[in-house]
Amino acid sequence: MTKQQANWSPYDNNGGSCVAIAGADYCVIAADTRMSTGYSILTRDYSKICQLADKCVMASSGFQADVKALQKVLASRHLIYQHQHNKQMSCPAMGQLLSNTLYYKRFFPYYSFNVLGGLDNEGKGCVFTYDAVGSYERVGYSSQGSGSTLIMPFLDNQLKSPSPLLLPAVDAVTPLSESEAVDLVKTVFASCHRERHIHFVVVMLWSGTVDFVNDTCKELTKENSHGDKVEIVIVNADGIHREFMDLRKD
Amino acid sequence: MMKLDTSGLESYTSQFGASSELSGGISTSPSFELPSITDFDGFQKEAIQMVKPAKGTTTLAFIFKEGVMVAADSRASMGGYISSQSVKKIIEINPYMLGTMAGGAADCQFWHRNLGIKCRLHELANKRRISVTGASKLLANILYSYRGMGLSVGTMIAGWDETGPGLYYVDSEGGRLKGSRFSVGSGSPYAYGVLDNGYRYDMSVEEAAELARRAIYHATFRDGASGGVASVYYVGSTGWKKLSGDDVGELHYKYYPVVPSPVEQEMVEE
Repeated sequence: MTKQQANWSPYDNNGGSCVAIAGADYCVIAADTRMSTGYSILTRDYSKICQLADKCVMASSGFQADVKALQKVLASRHLIYQHQHNKQMSCPAMGQLLSNTLYYKRFFPYYSFNVLGGLDNEGKGCVFTYDAVGSYERVGYSSQGSGSTLIMPFLDNQLKSPSPLLLPAVDAVTPLSESEAVDLVKTVFASCHRERHIHFVVVMLWSGTVDFVNDTCKELTKENSHGDKVEIVIVNADGIHREFMDLRKD
Repeated sequence: MMKLDTSGLESYTSQFGASSELSGGISTSPSFELPSITDFDGFQKEAIQMVKPAKGTTTLAFIFKEGVMVAADSRASMGGYISSQSVKKIIEINPYMLGTMAGGAADCQFWHRNLGIKCRLHELANKRRISVTGASKLLANILYSYRGMGLSVGTMIAGWDETGPGLYYVDSEGGRLKGSRFSVGSGSPYAYGVLDNGYRYDMSVEEAAELARRAIYHATFRDGASGGVASVYYVGSTGWKKLSGDDVGELHYKYYPVVPSPVEQEMVEE
């Protein structure tokens, strides 16, 4: 007697990756725009990035239906917060809210791998990285999603963010200047995109020069395993700036 | 589409037949009781897979004459991939109590924060601080009520209250033990070796901190799932204080400095 096997799962993986890098007074958040299921592409034009508050942006990869639900929950909680406190939520506060929201579904998790980026109360860049059930930490840079195992070692090598646990304390934020970050990101994409990862189309959000972003996109088009577009969001004292870069369509 | 792995629920027919010598040749028809909700186990398994991070770890705590010493590494691993080298495994519940993290990172973070809230409410309701005994009991009762649901928490609650230094081990199976020396995690055997060897009740704070640091270092050296930064905290009568946070790679060369061999020295001179 064979037991009936389950033939349905409430989850799916829509692929994609997100990256976030924090600087002294800026934050770069990036995600690709490809939404896939298995080997099929569902759409080439899907944004994985959501602005939660005026200085707080979230990028999520994984199961996009859960991501959409999560974004809606956070947006509504933020609205209530604004009504009650008459101000926008800070990025660290939103970080804690996201952690609790994820944990409340501990026994039926959101299949969502998130990076939160923005500016903290002092105007310094901050990045929070999460697992699917809400454990989080503030870091100088992070990547989540299909390509994260490829991107993280590269970022470790280039950004060398010191651990926030060291005593005497060292800042977790990357000491790179804007132009240095620009050059770095260009190299990151040039090399990371060499990987043949069908899900992985990285969109970078950072506060860099437009030239840098353009050059990066040109580099990206050289890669044959990536395509569609890259969505780039830059958060700095002037506000939030969003850009799109085209990549190869195959 | 992801398939649930329900291989664990398959019939045990073939196994029963093969191990007839163990069951004394009794040929009972094999049966495997199924839960009334057919899919729940497999579903939970998938949910647990997603929570895998931060299983490997080394944490330790011990009571000595001057108070409590708490130390931990900072590596989080997901299978063979190191997902983070900078996880805070010593959680500050309130200014005079610490909790350590081992097992599921989200479970530990969430329930320690929840414990901190409960401790604060206790202070406001009773106009006095909660004891370490009371705080550990609160946490143990919560974890016991979630027993069997897949939480993974192996924590030590360390603090200083009216009765002096206090240390309890609490886990997600519902266990709660009072003690004076604990180490939790995949690196704990290595840490115990160093800790038990060097422990004396009447150590100074510096000696105890160095013992704790060395125990964590040795565990990170031998255990692949432990590493990163060795943090050491001290809990005294005035509350906790972070004493040190050292990268274990650098600690290695501090304890075992490289001595160039004579051959290398000759080559350098040329």
